[in-house]
Amino acid sequence: MEAQKKRRLNVVKLGWFGERFSGLAKPLTQSVFAIVIGLAIGALLLVVWGYDPLDGFGQLFSSAFFTNIGLSSTLSYATTLMLVGITFGLGVRAGLFNIGAEGQLMVGAMTAVAVSTFSLPPLLCLVAGVVFSMLAGALWAFPVAILKVKKGVHEVVSTIMLNWIAFYLCLYLVLGPLTKPGTHTSVQIPVDSRFPLLFGTLSSAILIAILFAVVVYFIIWYTKLGCKIRAVGFDQESAHYMGINPGRAMTIGFLMGGLASGLAGGAVVMGIPPDYAVFTELSNITGYGFAGIAVALIGRNHPLGIIFSSVFFGGLWSGKRAMQIYSGIPLEIVDIVIGVIVISVALPELLDIIRRKIKGRSS
Amino acid sequence: MNKIRKRVLWIIVSLSVVTIFLAMQLVGLQVSSLIMISLHAMVPLGLVAIGEVVNERAGTVNIGLEGILLLSSFVAVYVTEVSRNLALGIIFGMVTGAFIGLIHGLISIYAKGDQIVSGVGINLFAAGFVAFGIWTVWVPGVHMLPAGLGMSRISTPWGGLSWFVPITVVLALVIYFVFYKTSWGVWVRAAGENPGAVDASGVRVYRLRLIACIFGALLGGLAGAYMSLDWVGMTSKALPAGRGFIALACVVFSGLEPISALGAAALFGFCDGLSTWIKAVPQLVPIIPPGFDNFIKMIPYVATLVAVTLVIGRRRFPKSVGRPYRREEI
Repeated sequence: MEAQKKRRLNVVKLGWFGERFSGLAKPLTQSVFAIVIGLAIGALLLVVWGYDPLDGFGQLFSSAFFTNIGLSSTLSYATTLMLVGITFGLGVRAGLFNIGAEGQLMVGAMTAVAVSTFSLPPLLCLVAGVVFSMLAGALWAFPVAILKVKKGVHEVVSTIMLNWIAFYLCLYLVLGPLTKPGTHTSVQIPVDSRFPLLFGTLSSAILIAILFAVVVYFIIWYTKLGCKIRAVGFDQESAHYMGINPGRAMTIGFLMGGLASGLAGGAVVMGIPPDYAVFTELSNITGYGFAGIAVALIGRNHPLGIIFSSVFFGGLWSGKRAMQIYSGIPLEIVDIVIGVIVISVALPELLDIIRRKIKGRSS
Repeated sequence: MNKIRKRVLWIIVSLSVVTIFLAMQLVGLQVSSLIMISLHAMVPLGLVAIGEVVNERAGTVNIGLEGILLLSSFVAVYVTEVSRNLALGIIFGMVTGAFIGLIHGLISIYAKGDQIVSGVGINLFAAGFVAFGIWTVWVPGVHMLPAGLGMSRISTPWGGLSWFVPITVVLALVIYFVFYKTSWGVWVRAAGENPGAVDASGVRVYRLRLIACIFGALLGGLAGAYMSLDWVGMTSKALPAGRGFIALACVVFSGLEPISALGAAALFGFCDGLSTWIKAVPQLVPIIPPGFDNFIKMIPYVATLVAVTLVIGRRRFPKSVGRPYRREEI
């Protein structure tokens, strides 16, 4: 009764449009709250270590969002983070905790490099790079799905092990078959296989990433398959009784996540100038997978939410270098901030607790 | 019948392992050094796994073990170097672990947050914090413990053995004893199975789970201090290299039994030791093709994956593990 009255009141206050989107308010405040806590604790640590947090974060955000070079690199980081975020977010929708994006991304990137060494006709080589990097990512996710469905191995353990196996496999490839002679980096991807640039360092890979996110959104919310996936994620047992095969839904969740991460790997090596190669120790293709967890959580595991949150995290990634150069703050502070953001996301009830405390004190 | 077959199988396996070792010794490979390396590699896995067994038995899952190893290894080196006192370093390593356990426990037990998300957050935070800390305190990258500050070792005919090896074994036995012979153990085990019943019997479930969580993380901190002060003598962002997760696999492998967890740690420690040992054997080095050492480094991870696949499904876990307990409101 009470709730209904409140709802009717809301309609009057907010109108149809507000009513349609009033469900967004709570998750949005929670996400913003987590980001604020992350930045606040990061700032606190900087103060403890004797740095100036205002100057540091000011440099970070101004270079990431208010300079042309910074903005283009923000969006090109966002491309990759969006895709790995979808891997994790899609997993959560299917009731999985898929943290294998890191390894799937590496494998996808190496495959893109390998495919580019074949001399294919101009447009075909780009398409082949995209397709094969996606397939490679899905291939790397496949054992996880099999082990989970057939044997009940928890995906946290199997994905981490596969991440490390992928790391050493790619290290072998970068130093061995795919090496550029005389260096510790891989061969460079030829001009024909690169994504065309849009502006600055931003490549057209971002369009494909957004398209991918939108397609995933439609599959998850507007198809039968998506409904099954969400049902399994919501309550596996009930879904099973409804005649849904949870194993199949979970496998599809893993494989679609693998496609996204593989594409992310392809987007890094085929879409970020000027190198178009995998670096020594894989330094330019590591770290995305775990940041993607934060991207997905802040985007509320929703493909469209992930598009927006990936721009924020892309900004953190692109601005951290400017912060290090101009303020002298080690760029790892950004990883600390991301960690704290994830920890605070685990606290959905914290806001309620604080609100209750404030209310209790005022009354 | 099945039991006898199992026993025969075990005897055959252990006999063949002994024969392989003897054969290797005869060929001139240093088997004793392999065993020593494996024992040292067992310790961090064993300590972390035993701690997590206690934690999961009480009903909380902590996948932030990797982060605990990393943070405590850094703090232990820092404190030891500043105070020139090894014991203080170890204690602070443990305190760091316990502190992370406290935070994780508060989040997952009292605030009923998502335990796995919190654990991943701890891992991310630790990776950032340690890289940041090493950068600001020393120089970026790897920091070696200054010479003369490392721990002394037990001298054996096959080389120095860390004090932590016997400590880990004794700890597993002690935990086993506490689990099955004391009322504390009964409470802890029951808190993971049926927290409502424990609550009804007048024991505070929240506090019990929190203590178990802190204790598990404290052992993780001890393992981190061992890694940086005793075993490798350095700290870096890449120090644990997935060992926190291999320890989680040990926990799964053991079916939440402290002694089996130690056995699993010995098995995975052996795989870990094998991958370092192969590269140091003079007879094998010329045979290994260039670049192939990356495949050798995969051994512990592949072994973990295979072992967990083979053994899982036959393990039973506490009913309420990973689920926050909600007290009935009166």
